[in-house]
Amino acid sequence: MPDPTPSQTVGPFFEYALPYEGGERLVSPGDPDAIRVVGGVFDGEGAPVDDALIEIWQANRAGRYRHPEDTREELPLEDAFTGFGRCPTDAEGRFEFVTVKPGAADGQAPHLSVCVLARGLLRHLFTRMYFPDEVEANDADPLLRSIEDPTLRTTLIARQLDGVLAFDIRLQGERQTAFLDV
Amino acid sequence: MNGYRHDPPGTHPDYLSPEYRSTRLRAPDKPLIILPHTLSEITGPVYGHDRVGPLDHDLTRQHGGEPLGERIIVTGRVLDGDGRPVRNSLVEIWQCNAAGRYIHRADRHPAPLDPNFTGAGRAMTDDEGRYRFITIKPGAYPWGNHDNAWRPAHIHFSLFGTAFATRLVTQMYFPGDPLFGQDPIFQSVRDPAARERMIARFDIGTTEPEWALGYQFDIVLRGREATPMEA
Repeated sequence: MPDPTPSQTVGPFFEYALPYEGGERLVSPGDPDAIRVVGGVFDGEGAPVDDALIEIWQANRAGRYRHPEDTREELPLEDAFTGFGRCPTDAEGRFEFVTVKPGAADGQAPHLSVCVLARGLLRHLFTRMYFPDEVEANDADPLLRSIEDPTLRTTLIARQLDGVLAFDIRLQGERQTAFLDV
Repeated sequence: MNGYRHDPPGTHPDYLSPEYRSTRLRAPDKPLIILPHTLSEITGPVYGHDRVGPLDHDLTRQHGGEPLGERIIVTGRVLDGDGRPVRNSLVEIWQCNAAGRYIHRADRHPAPLDPNFTGAGRAMTDDEGRYRFITIKPGAYPWGNHDNAWRPAHIHFSLFGTAFATRLVTQMYFPGDPLFGQDPIFQSVRDPAARERMIARFDIGTTEPEWALGYQFDIVLRGREATPMEA
């Protein structure tokens, strides 16, 4: 079997290559179910990380993934919905996605899968964003249940704030986001 | 459904590699939380065709004239950890120009920009997992990591594979680069054999007479678990 290729950092200079027009909009802002996910990326001293790239992957509103291994044909696919989004952070370390809340899938609470790439990250980091209005489903979610430290667990649940879902990513320190060994 | 297995220890760098200064405040200090794979990890973006134009793989033909530098062909296969081709998958690359300068506002290296070179490319893998780019050889460039620090020439690669769990971003290096020994990013991969897998191979068979040198660079993503995930 061939040996895997090692990871290397995305570096600071990807901005002219990886982001693309509309990458942060998974649905039209006019979609009746549209939600805004807004967050910042911060380093171990709390300074904004202005050269990160955030990617999200999610099921559609019915809970179906657009992928051949999601074989639940009884759930609808949506023509224009890929489930993938990409957004670079700005000078204040902020990112923003317009998407829909995914349906629950595979015995889990609704969530976005999140990938963080940046200068200084020699390998990407995975995390997840869960929804604050899904208290019961979150309580039953296998990943959330596996995290004993309540402070760490809370880092995976977005906050409802002035009509947007706020989800900050802290790379290091006391308030570090829970990152996942995927 | 089967999940994806972990790559052997030592394949990937540690998050904290203090010789690479930017890791010091960005490496997580809490252990990662183990996530057994679910549908969310074994699925991933299936996209790209609509984003890849006919000249996106040719970085020498994206402007009115030809870029300066040594024209090269970079080709290879994307394979999964079991040696199977990863078909129909998006490969994205980016690099600096022949003088060692990126077309990026934050790059302050006093080397010239090339009006005929952007340095970004995209390609889809074919049925054998093969991709092919035409570009120019990137230059080495200085950076502020330590005294007299220079990055070896490299091309950045971004790959998705078949699932979100198989995401990989890496860098391709050129054989025999004298800067390998002092580069903390290259050296962050502790296993020397694994480091070698980031170095392209010069290939006279890929080289086109009177036109361009050829390099082969295969990329191997994660393999699949042999046993199904728990329901």
